[in-house]
Amino acid sequence: MQNGSVYVSMRDITKTFGNVVATDKMNLDVAEGEIHALLGENGAGKSTLMNMLSGIYIPDSGHIFIGGKEVKFSSPRDAINAGVGMIHQHFKLVDVLTALENILLGKRKGFLLNKKQHYHEVRKIMEQFHLEVDLKKYIYDMSVGEKQNLEILKTLYRGARILILDEPTAVLTPQETVVLFKIMRRMKEQGCSVIFISHKMNEVMEIADRITVLRKGKTIATLNKAETNPEELTELMVGRPIDLSINRIERVTDKRVLKVRDLRAVNEEGVEVLKGLNFDICAGEILGVAGIAGSGQKELCEALAGLYPVKEGEILFKGENLVGKTPKEFITRGISMSFIPEDRLGMGLVASMDMVDNILLKQYHHTKGFLKKKPAAAKAEEIIKKLDVQTPGIHHPIKNLSGGNIQKVLLGRELDSHPELLITAYPVRGLDINTCLRIYDILNEEKKKGVAILYIAEDLDSLLGLSDRIMVISNGEITGIVDARKATKEQLGAMMLGKKEEEYAV
Amino acid sequence: MDGVLTVAFLKAAIIAGTPLLFATVGEIITEKVGNLNLGVEGMMLMGAVIGFQVAHVTSNPLLALIAAALAGAIGALIFAFLTVSLRANQVVTGLALTIFGTGFSSFMGKGLVGIKLSDEFSASFTSIKIPGLGDIPVIGEILFNHDILVYLGYLTAILIGLYMYNTRKGLNLRAVGENPAAADAASVRITAYKYGHILLGGALCGLGGAYLSLVQVPVWQENITAGRGWIAVALVIFAAWNPYKALIGSYFFGGLDIIGFRLQGTGIQISQYFVDMLPYLMTIFVLVIVSLKKDRKNAPPKALSEPYFREER
Repeated sequence: MQNGSVYVSMRDITKTFGNVVATDKMNLDVAEGEIHALLGENGAGKSTLMNMLSGIYIPDSGHIFIGGKEVKFSSPRDAINAGVGMIHQHFKLVDVLTALENILLGKRKGFLLNKKQHYHEVRKIMEQFHLEVDLKKYIYDMSVGEKQNLEILKTLYRGARILILDEPTAVLTPQETVVLFKIMRRMKEQGCSVIFISHKMNEVMEIADRITVLRKGKTIATLNKAETNPEELTELMVGRPIDLSINRIERVTDKRVLKVRDLRAVNEEGVEVLKGLNFDICAGEILGVAGIAGSGQKELCEALAGLYPVKEGEILFKGENLVGKTPKEFITRGISMSFIPEDRLGMGLVASMDMVDNILLKQYHHTKGFLKKKPAAAKAEEIIKKLDVQTPGIHHPIKNLSGGNIQKVLLGRELDSHPELLITAYPVRGLDINTCLRIYDILNEEKKKGVAILYIAEDLDSLLGLSDRIMVISNGEITGIVDARKATKEQLGAMMLGKKEEEYAV
Repeated sequence: MDGVLTVAFLKAAIIAGTPLLFATVGEIITEKVGNLNLGVEGMMLMGAVIGFQVAHVTSNPLLALIAAALAGAIGALIFAFLTVSLRANQVVTGLALTIFGTGFSSFMGKGLVGIKLSDEFSASFTSIKIPGLGDIPVIGEILFNHDILVYLGYLTAILIGLYMYNTRKGLNLRAVGENPAAADAASVRITAYKYGHILLGGALCGLGGAYLSLVQVPVWQENITAGRGWIAVALVIFAAWNPYKALIGSYFFGGLDIIGFRLQGTGIQISQYFVDMLPYLMTIFVLVIVSLKKDRKNAPPKALSEPYFREER
């Protein structure tokens, strides 16, 4: 599938952080006009390797060649000048500036800011790559997808010929992903080298020409997509054969734990964000929630945990209406909520505190007098063992753990309170396959114990595989509740866009 | 109310507002680059005493102003080194700078208390009527019949405004204060921008102090700024980090500063202590109003008072 000659070549790249070898003599060759996927689990060294290609880290040893010439980058600027642009997972955009101002940032040509002239320059690039961005819009008004398009445009405007996309789809809706892939294909047609970092197998198989698999800081293999399959790639990535299917445990009872009736809520601007929701969850059932980002998932979660003001309607938990109660009363009745936001840190845990203190945060009101650290420390140890958390110890600040481990700590703490209703939103956001499967297992274990679970996710595969029923919300309304065994992705996709499902399966 | 809102009063308000204007614009540019320097009072005092000392010895107005600006910039350099290079806490560093500046001015000004600058020196700062503009009735007298530093104040606010909003460097500067990681990725040199603008801000604060000691008072007295540096810090919020709005805010607070004298002249009986409180009461009032009105365009720079590490996540 190689269209051009080798354009970027990284040879024997080694980088260590303290005692940790992040990349160990890694090699990578990327051709002109190809989409090259870097596949690997969390901590395989994908981002580290790319940070060296984009000048953020400096390799300890090894050589980088671009267009046959050896380059040495000491800052991102050197990399930009050599035509390397990287789209980071966390967008580097200034909120209070417009799209155009963000594009012009850091350029050193001229003293005055001539926006009109640049406007036309940028428009030209947009036409060349079929990118759609409203240049006069402020960043704070933009959706995640728009921001990503802007980041790509920004990089192209700087003359990048090599584009690195670091897990670009992690924060996108399925629709936005389709648009992104179109843009990537267009870049390829224009002769750019696109490096696509991901651990989502289906996306890699859809878009990549060649795939390089990394594992634990080493290059394992480079394969042509046409000559490989997901099973082989997964095995290379994980290091052993792995079963990708998600188990579904059949639910046993019909005892309804939660009944929500005509739930309505308005946001600060007075816009109705939940428009009369009606649904039930049974004990030992996983009710999946699908929807485009910002359709009311966050508000629903928070309303069910007593954190979001409810305007109208009832939240009947075991027959008792909880509307108007404090969050603490929700917790004492056995409702537990974990929400993993897009930035993956920031809700539920205090980053600079250790595991013990984070556990105490949810427990201190059960104890009188001084805090009792010992039981909390024991619980921390238990969570580490049960959920296989990778950490140097229970007194290590949470923020120094990897994203997956932070999410395990959060989930572990929520499960520890033995909830009867577990609300979990995006628990596998940004996690690799192994960790995802572990978290699905944990949810299934809870389900077996009879816990009612509201599972909000963006990945339709996991929703279809794990849930008993799937509730689709669109713009604050339920467009349908379907049986997960019978539903199809196309059906869900249409409902996410607002098409009502006439048959309500209960 | 005649006798209060007269041409003479408004004209005096402009003069009283000028040291505030320099300090406010200086602090705006410092905060816009993401550093909260609470040492304004200290830097003003350093500028005031060094400017006065040089004026006393050389009687050269230009040298005195340059020395004052340098003194302010040196104060800011201490702050910049601690907060940018060593990433120390900005609030604590700024407070320390204020205490340092206050002590420094008392120490340096010990032998100067009560000394008046020569008439020859003061003559350099007599009012100059701007031809044309100065002849407009009322407004001409209020705005365009002043000493040269008042005009320099107008010019500074407008030039800094143009710089911030209409040049490439200004765009980069704003980005550094909002999101240094984004600016860094766009190859803006963060450290250079921070140092440069903090020093510029300090120089302007120094000039503000010098206006007090060289022009407004022309006699050295201890603690000559009397809390004006703190009002400037509040004025930055009042002006929503906009140098043009700083013009309005500074002259308004200049008016509050001198209203006591004027009221005495009219025979209205209000306690002097109450009148002295006015600027500070107004400051509290303004902060309440601004905090209630949540508006993205008038919000402080997002990365204000946060140190920047490139490799931190």
